[in-house]
Parts: sequence; C-alpha cells; structure tokens
Amino acid sequence: MSDLLRLATAGSVDDGKSTLVGRLLYDTKSVLADQLDAVHRASVDKGLSTPDLSLLVDGLRSEREQGITIDVAYRYFATPRRTFVLADTPGHVQYTRNTVTGASTAQLAILLVDARKGVVEQTRRHAAVLALLGVPRLVLAVNKIDLVDYDHGTFEVIAKEFATHAGNLGYAADAVLAVPVSALVGDNVVEHSERTPWYTGPTLLEHLETVPAQEDPHAAPFRFPVQYVIRPRTPEHPDYRGYAGQIAAGTVRPGDEVVVLPSGARTRVTRVDTPDGELTEAAAGASVTLLLADDLDISRGDLIAAGIDRPEVTDEIDATLAWLADKPLRAGARVLVKHGARTVQAIVGELRTRFDEQQLSTVDGPESLELNEIGQVTLRTSEPVPVDDYRTHGRTGAFLVIDPADGTTLAAGLVGAPLPVLERD
Amino acid sequence: MTATIDAPVRTAPRLDSLGRLESEAIHIMREVAGEFDRPVILFSGGKDSTLLLHLAVKAFWPAPVPFPLLHVDTGHNFAEVIDFRDRMVERYGLRLVVANVQDWIDDGRLTERPDGTRNPLQTVPLLDTITEHRFDAVFGGGRRDEERARAKERIFSLRNAFGQWEPRRQRPELWNLYNGRHRPGEHVRVFPLSNWTELDVWRYIARENIELPSIYYAHERDVYSRDGMWLTEGPWGGPRDGETVLRKTVRYRTVGDGSCTGAVESEASTLDEVIAEVGASRLTERGATRADDRLSEAAMEDRKREGYF
Repeated sequence: MSDLLRLATAGSVDDGKSTLVGRLLYDTKSVLADQLDAVHRASVDKGLSTPDLSLLVDGLRSEREQGITIDVAYRYFATPRRTFVLADTPGHVQYTRNTVTGASTAQLAILLVDARKGVVEQTRRHAAVLALLGVPRLVLAVNKIDLVDYDHGTFEVIAKEFATHAGNLGYAADAVLAVPVSALVGDNVVEHSERTPWYTGPTLLEHLETVPAQEDPHAAPFRFPVQYVIRPRTPEHPDYRGYAGQIAAGTVRPGDEVVVLPSGARTRVTRVDTPDGELTEAAAGASVTLLLADDLDISRGDLIAAGIDRPEVTDEIDATLAWLADKPLRAGARVLVKHGARTVQAIVGELRTRFDEQQLSTVDGPESLELNEIGQVTLRTSEPVPVDDYRTHGRTGAFLVIDPADGTTLAAGLVGAPLPVLERD
Repeated sequence: MTATIDAPVRTAPRLDSLGRLESEAIHIMREVAGEFDRPVILFSGGKDSTLLLHLAVKAFWPAPVPFPLLHVDTGHNFAEVIDFRDRMVERYGLRLVVANVQDWIDDGRLTERPDGTRNPLQTVPLLDTITEHRFDAVFGGGRRDEERARAKERIFSLRNAFGQWEPRRQRPELWNLYNGRHRPGEHVRVFPLSNWTELDVWRYIARENIELPSIYYAHERDVYSRDGMWLTEGPWGGPRDGETVLRKTVRYRTVGDGSCTGAVESEASTLDEVIAEVGASRLTERGATRADDRLSEAAMEDRKREGYF
C-alpha cells in the first residue's frame, strides 16, 4: 500500500527550480519517451548540447517563449514507496499568491537557493509564508553546489543561516533539512554524490520517500462540514437521511456524541455510511455520510463537531489574511467569506497590523493591504460562524475571501495569528 | 508545527493513495451538487468519464446521481462505445443529452475539415449545448498529468461566455475550498480527476471492478498505419492509396474520434495485463494515440483557450 505525499516547491528566479523538478521527474522515470523526445528536439533548436530538463515542466507557450513560469503547475511522480503530488510554484511575480496556493495543501515544501548566493530576501519571504500556512516540514535544497566546487563550508553557512530563520518562524530543528544538490548534474537528488563526501544525510528523494506523510490531525477533536444532505426518497430507501461530507479533523464512530453548529443542537452518530458498507470508524480525509439519532434541521454549511472541545461560534473573526488581488483591501470593504461549506457576507473592520516577512516584524494600523501582503484584520459576519484557530484545525480555521461583485478570490484567510511574531496582544 | 490536543487516541483506518484520490473526487462532486444549479457530466464512454460516473454514483449513494450526462457525438464513434454509453445510462437511470456534430455540419454552423477529423469540431456543439441547457458546471475527466497545458489547470476552472480558458485569470485554489462563483453566461469546468495519473485510473478501475468498453482490451482488428499510428476503417473513412490493411491484435488507450484515435499493438486482454503494460509504457497515452494532440507543441493550449477542455 503506497501512500500519498503532497509537496510544494518555492524558489526565486534562476535558482534552477524547474531543472530540479525536471530532474526529479526524469530520475524517477516519470518522463515518457515522447515527452523526452520533445525536450531533446526543443533543446537542439535552442542550440544546447545537453537536454534542458526545465523544458519538461514549463507548460504554456507564452512561458516557453519568455523562459519564465507564470502559474502554479502540478506534477506527478511515484516510486515504489510513495506517490507524489507536487505543486510547482514560480518565485518572481505574485510570489505570495502562488506560494500560498501551492502550500495550502502541502505536507512538505522544498525551498531552493543558489549556493553562490545563499539565503536571499525571497527565501526568507517564502519561508515565512510557508510557516504561516503551517506546512509541517521544510527542505532547503542548496542548488548549484557544483558551481561552488562542492565546498562544505559554503553549504554549512547557508544551512545554519536558514535553520536560524526557520527556528524564528516556529519550526523545530527536526522539521527542517538542508541538502546540497546540483539539479543540473544530479548530485544528491536521487543518488548520493561522490563529490560531497562530507554530506551524510539523505538524498532529496530518499527524504521525500521516508518523511512522515500522514499529517492529518487524527488526534484532534472531530470536525465535519456538511456538504450535502442525501435523501433518496426511493422505494428501497424511503426514510434515509444522511449528511455527506469529508472529515476535516479527528475521527468518528457510531455512538459518538456530537454537536451541530451553529445551532448548538446535540445528538449522536448512529451510522458512518459509505457505498462500500458501514464503517466502525472513519478519520480525517475520508468522505463519508453520517446518520444521526435525532431528526434535526441540518443543511449544507452546518458543521458537525465533537461534543466536547467544540469550535467557537462567532460573528466577529480575528484573522490573518494573505491578500491575493490587485485591488487593495481597505477597512469597511464588503466581502464574502467561504468557510467549510458555508458562504456568508462580511464587513472588514479594522486593519490591525501588516506583517513584514523580511524583518519578521509587524507594522500597526496600515492604510491598506496590497497584493501579496499579509496582515491581521477583524471581520464581522452577517451570521455566526463556527471557527477554529488555524494552528489547531487547519481545515476549519481556513477560509476564502471572495469579491461579491465578480466572484474573484481576494484572499486566503486564517483564523487567529498563525505565526509567533503575530501574537502580540 | 503540528498542534497536539488531548483527545482519546484511536487507531482509525488510514487512506492509501487511491483512497485519498477517491475521497478528494467525491468531495469535489458534492461541492458542485451543493453550489450549482445545473451541473452536467461530460461523458464520452472513455475510461476517464466512466470513472467520473462511478465516483458520482458513490458520492450520492444511495440517492441517484443528481446530474445528467452530456455526450458530444462526433459521429465517428466506435460502435462498442455507443453501446456501452447506452447501457450505463440505463443501468443508473440517468438522463442523456447528445450533441450530434453531424447536426451542426448539416445546418451549416460547422464545416467538415479537409482531413475528415472531427475532434476539433466538438468545441462549438459543446458550447452551444451548454448555453442551450444553461449548464453552469460541466464535469470533465481531464487529468493534469496528461499534458503540459493541463498541468496548470484548476480543479474549478472558470470559463467566460465564450467558453474560453484564460490562464492569467484563473483563481488561486486554496486548501479544499473551491470558489464556484460565476456571472450569468459564464460556467465552470470541474475536474475531479485532476490529481490522478493514468496508472491511478487503471489501478482504481481494477480495485472497484469498473466495466469499460471492450476496445480497451486486446482484440483482433483490421488496421492500417498512418503517421505512426494504427487506425481502423469506419464511418470516418478508411485506408488511402498505399496504406495496407493488416489484421493485428490491438487495444485502445484512449477513446475518441475514430479518424484520429490510434490503436496500440497489445496482448493485454485483462485489467492486470493492462496495468502491467501502462506501468511499463514509454509513451504517454495522448502522444501514442492521438493525432490531434500531435499537431503542434502548443496544440492543447490552443484548444483549451478555444473552449475545448
């Protein structure tokens, strides 16, 4: 039984990220002959003597012509041990927008730096965004190690500087790994390199294959956003009434006491149903249908939660926003908030702080939040919403901010203050 | 970074990679059922759309699938596939909407291409039918591993009133929160299989014992070689001068317009044999068997922009 690891890559321009991703696909034999032929042909056309592996992943024609990457792209590769879903996020323009998108579902992120340049402004920014989103593990790929003559001292300085920065963002030492690689030549990507005898850690792929993948909060209290009410009203199932959804956190068993929010009604789970049969227990990540003991008025958007340790039901949410739209955010804006399966109207109150990802500090009372900026706001919602703190319950602590006029996604919302530096009150 | 909370420790069954992909697809289908007024499943009878239908049946069980099927029929279909389509509609008690490309050719809205290929002609009947039935969400079986332009596709992909995909206007897709808001005339294409690979599809078909059209398995057929592919004679035409017809044991990796969908030589007559063959294949399914995708490097990107998938 192979499991699934979702990962994201982030890096700045020209640090060789496309080449590294191309290398992972190539060396895990995830590239098939016709794709490889196309890369060989294109490389020859460009006058190159060796195939340019970055061409494997640069998708759109406009990107290939300009030699840039404009949007998050998803890649798939597998080894006998594990299946990987990789969100490849470009580093230059719209870095926050792309990194947030790629990292929101990632269990691990690979940050690239150029060994000749070390940790740069972009690296610190990316790491801060990854920490904000709560990506559990980071890998620093110190790329182009061949261009610094495989120098141990250079690698150590970079690794140490990054470890300090990650520590300030709240990462434990064992959640961060630095690997010296050359994506171009292949050192330490899949095979251990003879040219870095001083490096005794795992290769990049070995690490990806062995790092714990199951980060679902199995131990957390149960959370279940109701997506859809299943009422067949057929001769075989005249009275069936099931609440369909994907378990956001915790586990559920028949007999569990639960509370339905925002109403607060209490009841008991009588059955955990699937088309393949009833389950004695189901856990975070599973799509199931719950049957309840009492006939309650429950519809899409309600949240079924553990009877004890339930989320807060509030119409005033303190949240951190990563602003993703060209149009800046100002106090008083009317927006939509999509939380779980519920969409409510909201008014943005005060803009309390803006986060400086470079200095890891905050600026109080900003006028506005601009594209790619992160800040803390208060949102007043038109009806009470059951919310969790993002740090303890990622799925029920997250929401989208949507423009009611044209439906654009304006911001990624995180309930609470998900970074140590933001906790100042 | 993981929070620890005091709660009774339980050992719950963990989902393997196929279980996670299934759960994600079911979640996406239920979101669409909850948020849209008139969803439809694009159904060709191919393995990906058959898998979509299977997942829809599971997502709403024991209630019936709350969506109709839409088939854009080029008139160049394999008879086995049409027969299969009709049996699925019957089995699950579904409503089927068919857009016949021939009707658009007959009344002059479309003109037959000189090469006789009808795959590129599907776009107009598709968009016209979406407009006519006011479908606001259209499920497709597209996967991101198929082709480079699809690697950047969202799971919820907003299309303008012309059905066009505008890569720079796509919304960021965060967590498992999908934004399906659209203005009148716009619609959303939804791809629940985005994160599946061809091998995942086959492994899941085996695990769930899903029936497919017979042409996916090895059979004997009269074929002729064109552009490095084995084509077969049908309503779309046959061999030209100098193209020799041979009897071969073949199967299809994709199902499409018969004029440009090639068979591959194969002895794989069971699911396990197909999985072994797919795992060992050195060609992508599109590169191997679809002439329309080989037209140019950016073929798919152009067709996506026009409103094809």
